[in-house]
Amino acid sequence: MRRTPAALAGAEPGPAHTIEFDGREIPALPGQTIAAALWAEGILAWRTTRVGGCPRGAFCGIGVCFDCLATVNGRPNQRTCLLPAQPGDTVATQEGHGRADLAV
Amino acid sequence: MPTSPSEPYDLAVIGAGPAGLAAAVTAAELGLRCALLDAGARPGGQYYRHPAPGLGAAHPERLHHGWSVFAALSDRLAASGVDHLAGHHVWTAEQGEVWRLHATLGPEAADRAVVRARSVLLATGAYERQLPFPGWTLPGVVTAGGAQAMLKAGLVLPGRRIVVAGSGPLLLAAASSLVTAGAAVPAVVEATDYLGYARGARTLATNPAKLLEGANHGAALLRHGVRLRRSSAVVEAHGTDRVTGVTVARLDRDWRPVPGTERRIDCDALAVGHGLLPQIELATELGAETRVTPDGTVALKVDPGQRTSLPGLWAAGETCGVGGADLAVVEGELAARVIAGAPVPAALRRRRERRRAFAELMAAAHRPGPGWTDWLRPDTDVCRCEEVPAARIREAVDELGAGDARTVKLLTRAGMGWCQGRMCGPAVACLAGDPNPRADSRPLACPVPLSQLADPT
Ligand code: FES
Repeated sequence: MRRTPAALAGAEPGPAHTIEFDGREIPALPGQTIAAALWAEGILAWRTTRVGGCPRGAFCGIGVCFDCLATVNGRPNQRTCLLPAQPGDTVATQEGHGRADLAV
Repeated sequence: MPTSPSEPYDLAVIGAGPAGLAAAVTAAELGLRCALLDAGARPGGQYYRHPAPGLGAAHPERLHHGWSVFAALSDRLAASGVDHLAGHHVWTAEQGEVWRLHATLGPEAADRAVVRARSVLLATGAYERQLPFPGWTLPGVVTAGGAQAMLKAGLVLPGRRIVVAGSGPLLLAAASSLVTAGAAVPAVVEATDYLGYARGARTLATNPAKLLEGANHGAALLRHGVRLRRSSAVVEAHGTDRVTGVTVARLDRDWRPVPGTERRIDCDALAVGHGLLPQIELATELGAETRVTPDGTVALKVDPGQRTSLPGLWAAGETCGVGGADLAVVEGELAARVIAGAPVPAALRRRRERRRAFAELMAAAHRPGPGWTDWLRPDTDVCRCEEVPAARIREAVDELGAGDARTVKLLTRAGMGWCQGRMCGPAVACLAGDPNPRADSRPLACPVPLSQLADPT
């Protein structure tokens, strides 16, 4: 059997639900944070920086660094490493300061 | 849950990791009315972070070392009558005869709580220290603790081939978790030579459990053919949209990369960290006294009864200097006994002394050498949030005369972004030539919606 985190922990998760990431449906296991669901799909970046426009994703994984920010259900600057993925959540890559709609 | 009970709690414990859990259950068993506030949804803190129930993990213990300690503590918690207030991010503490802890629970104006208590125990743990290097902002570069946290809670890995680098005992633990969970770890890159431990033979001999823990990690790594490179560091991560490889170089005694020793290792992720920084801003904001630990971090100063310099405020675990979960449990229990006015068994005190001595030895062995700044390039971002490169910080120091982190911050904005300097603080202080590490002072310990700030009841 292939070694995986789920096999190691003897996990039998409840059925996956889906969240939308930049218009694409991706699965999320119950209890996983948005960042974890993205990592599981091999997605490592979901934000671009304000100055350099550089890609960023989760760095500290515990809510301290703020690199994992995304727009979740229309609300910008959400720390996806802390936020459990809820069925039907829409997650959008956050550009710059995440307030483009306010034109600030 | 009444958010402002008419009677204050006897004790409010902030943080439900090993120290906080041990303190809360001990205090409750000694008859104190006790609240346990924690930002997480489930108890355990970072160390005992475990999968959400929906993931149906039958064997969470395989992701951990010392899980039985946690299992026992959570059983005691369930039976204890402690009010476990999960999802409570405490953002400020008001000192007084009766303390008032302000917590935010979510984004709406009403998502807040004030908890009142006669004494407070700070068990907020630590987060990772980072030293920047070219490419450290690339996706796929994650903190060693972050890789562990995402694995323990979400059962995910950042990649399939993960280099682990930095300094400190967490590296071996992280690498052994990652390989056991199926990742390939082509190398563990440790900046020190481990010779620092040789100076503490006596301390090592009185901490056999710690040695065994290290040996277990070592055995797991050997089994999976993981190579440990000592006196070396990742001096660059390569890639455009994500990491594709790293360059590792040997370091001299001061952590200066030795020219000509560079080697490239292919990987799709890098887990990196340089030890832990005590998370103590709730206390330093109120003026609590601190001390500098042998690895150059700032921790709260406590007396043998775990009292801080502020009346009514105790601290335990990593907030008093990073020392691991066993020490945290011992200190949590000891603090609770002192707060409850119960006797402290001599054996408990001795265990604390031995573990503390080990922690100080470990800290000294992994203290960053001053030469690490040689691996920065002028365009290396030091402050991740505000994207401030090393050249701008050096300009502030060399040309504008900034001599400490605070002045650099004002001149460059390094440390003024979202993380409030938690990621770049130590690096900026070092570049500024700041000889005395200082406790960070932040009026708010975590982000608070303005609506809650405006009307804090
Ligand atoms: S990854 Fe650091 S805050 Fe989410």
